[in-house]
Amino acid sequence: MRVAVVRFPGSNCDADTWRAVRGAGADAFYLWHRSRDLAGADAVIIPGGFAYGDYLRAGAIARFSPVLTAVQAFAAEGGPVLGICNGFQVLCEAGLLPGALVPNANLAFLSRPVDVRVESVVTPFTAAFAPGAIFRVPIAHGQGRYVAPPEVLDQLEAEGQVVLRYVDDNPNGSMHAIAGVMNDGRNVVGMMPHPERAASTILGETAGALVFASLVQRDQVLQGGTR
Amino acid sequence: MRYTVEVRVMPRPALLDPQGQAVEHALDALGFAGTAKVRVGRALTFELDITGDRTAAERSVRQMCERLLANPVTEDFTISLEETG
Repeated sequence: MRVAVVRFPGSNCDADTWRAVRGAGADAFYLWHRSRDLAGADAVIIPGGFAYGDYLRAGAIARFSPVLTAVQAFAAEGGPVLGICNGFQVLCEAGLLPGALVPNANLAFLSRPVDVRVESVVTPFTAAFAPGAIFRVPIAHGQGRYVAPPEVLDQLEAEGQVVLRYVDDNPNGSMHAIAGVMNDGRNVVGMMPHPERAASTILGETAGALVFASLVQRDQVLQGGTR
Repeated sequence: MRYTVEVRVMPRPALLDPQGQAVEHALDALGFAGTAKVRVGRALTFELDITGDRTAAERSVRQMCERLLANPVTEDFTISLEETG
């Protein structure tokens, strides 16, 4: 399974993400944002960072990079796409995910571990978790407050499109304490926490590795267990 | 025609604006009593050279706002154009 890790000028979690994908047993490769195709990727991850310096709004300019046209077509065909932190912001700006991410309610840049609950395991990036599992994972963002119009929030809740939710403590003031969502096709997922920073024992937490393991597990199911 | 354009982008009224609140507290601390509902947005100014009339120019700026300058989920925008020759 080949997983493209998209690199923008300003990406800074690309190498960690690449390593976490490799750790899960998939073939990760970097894809420059000027690319007009996905180089045969079976899945795409837009990693964290500050693409284009977050100018105007986080993700606002990155969404017009040529690679996003290819990602949009790939997503429309059901291809698995994950946006982590800045990648989540890019996917919202691109209209691939509902809602938006605005400055944290307390205006602070938050860089610390949080506890999140897996609200849906019916996605390519959470299938390996136990339903309702709670795990500790770092956040590192200034603009992570998830907002959406009331009717969109209602739909997300009714259709089970909330993927991750902060438990006990809602660090950034997100509506419904939402830390991650999916599209209605259930193939595009965005999350503010950084699972790639909680994916090996040397990092202190390991549950984040299940995000990447989910993708590999799904591939094995699709391949009939032949790989 | 050439226009000087000003676009004003503001967070939706229903949305919590922590920057506005912080500024309001600071104004209060400085002794400027009576300020309320402070909101922080951003303004963009630029020149626009366009063939066609004012309606065409306004349409073009509106499209810029909808596609890039404002986030349709969280922000409202207003446009003003001034003919500069």
